[in-house]
Amino acid sequence: MNITRVDLKKVWVPGLLLIILVLLATLSLYASAYTVILLTSILMYIVLTVSWVIFSGPTGYISLAPAAFFGVGIYTSAILGKELPLPIVIFIGGLASFCLALLVGALTLRLRGIYFAIFTFGLVELIKHLLLWYEINMTGTRGRFVIVVDNNTIYYVMFIILVILLLTAYFIRRSKFGLALRSIGEYEDAAAHTGVNVNALKTITFAVSAVFVGAAGAIMATRWTYIDPYIAFNPLFSFMPVLMAIFGGMGQFYGPILGAAIFAYLEEILLTKFPYYYMLIFGTILVVTILYLPEGLVGLVQKLRRRISGGKRAHT
Amino acid sequence: MRILEGEGVTKYFGGLAAVSNVDFNVDQGEVVGLIGPNGAGKTTLFNLISGALVPKPGATKFKGENITGLKPHQICKMGVARTFQSVKVFANMPVLENVLLGSLFGTSNSVSSADAAREATGLLEFVGLSAVRATPAKDLTLANQKRLEVARALATKPEILLLDELMAGLNPTEVAQAMELVTRIRDKGITIFMIEHVMKAIMSICDRIIVLHHGKKIAEGTPQEIAVSRTVIEVYLGE
Repeated sequence: MNITRVDLKKVWVPGLLLIILVLLATLSLYASAYTVILLTSILMYIVLTVSWVIFSGPTGYISLAPAAFFGVGIYTSAILGKELPLPIVIFIGGLASFCLALLVGALTLRLRGIYFAIFTFGLVELIKHLLLWYEINMTGTRGRFVIVVDNNTIYYVMFIILVILLLTAYFIRRSKFGLALRSIGEYEDAAAHTGVNVNALKTITFAVSAVFVGAAGAIMATRWTYIDPYIAFNPLFSFMPVLMAIFGGMGQFYGPILGAAIFAYLEEILLTKFPYYYMLIFGTILVVTILYLPEGLVGLVQKLRRRISGGKRAHT
Repeated sequence: MRILEGEGVTKYFGGLAAVSNVDFNVDQGEVVGLIGPNGAGKTTLFNLISGALVPKPGATKFKGENITGLKPHQICKMGVARTFQSVKVFANMPVLENVLLGSLFGTSNSVSSADAAREATGLLEFVGLSAVRATPAKDLTLANQKRLEVARALATKPEILLLDELMAGLNPTEVAQAMELVTRIRDKGITIFMIEHVMKAIMSICDRIIVLHHGKKIAEGTPQEIAVSRTVIEVYLGE
């Protein structure tokens, strides 16, 4: 009985994944412009959430820096977008975020728990205000215009970023470094005394996860056409990945993906259908999730599955 | 050959000298005990050796090489492994993965995952935890968690193993099993430096004992010498 279940899982999980990938890859052929735009935002949130989970999931270091990396990507696009071709701009956006994360990581990953969270959040505000000061005093204008790219291109770039990210996240999770990251989350001292170079591993993983956030920022900027430091370094982009990851549940690989997809879709629906009650309903859903589903949607799925298989066993 | 040496090892916490000007050495193949009343600085001395803390002033040497100021992971890779007084197992990870981490990261040469798995499995058998290899470490008894820490430390292929109160909190049967485990580790050719309060264990296993009190080394000698030493008896029992 066990063997058949494992076999089934081996077939339908990759199968389902393939179908979803093909559907997403051919989206522009059959979907409306609105769907493409909606899916771009959903994919963006999945990118933010999954890259957040690469580092913060196993280690338990709550990073509130995604908005900083996202903003760096956005500004890369705003500054270089007119001079360089799009793929290079996106690459530089990722690279800039990588460098910033490397610097921040090297400086701050000795901070633990709440101190790390507060520092990373401070980073977002610091860069925002530095940039604001620079723009007003040096360039004389607060905002910038970004070159326009058509919606299908934005969608496909985001899709490619997501695919690369998912592969990266999957391999990190499965590799020995995934094991080491989890051991850091469990007992950092013990991990160090077992031969793990904790500071190097944390810093590099943090930086790798920032690449995708920066790249996503660089492409999203082209959709917004006008940006200023308040738009680019919006702290919401730091909180959303955390909430989405908790909502989805971090126990399984698919949890954060599911969480981000449903959450992002929910946000869109609520915002368009119930603009007045949007925040109220959103907040209620969040509170209920945290109270009753501490393991997120993944926990719910597992609970249901256990109930079903438990029922089966009771009958035989 | 001297495998581990300390010269004038000192550590201040604020104004308090937790370890003060301690000289010590451990020879290859020896079992050396480190005893002393609570707060004597035994665990601090272990932390100074393993790199969790850095002596100031003073120096620690491993096989004649200065390891003062190296990071814990570097010292571990060189061949110094340790366990912790308050067990620090990776609670939510399965027993096997706890040990696997040591096999994968604890040595200076890279290990294939198949070799690491084989090694970890073998070590679980060595410490007697094969039956619970898939159990999360938090669900083990204290005695088994301590065994798991030993297996994890052994997975890093150490030449010297620092055992910090392996037997504290165990019942008499478990103490006997732990003593037997220590002798088997010694028989593998691994040098042992152990902090212990269980006198029966210390007296029967150790070749040599070092006594700390208020951060200072007050006595050193064979178990027989320590058992009759006036200074040691005064420290433990009062005058």
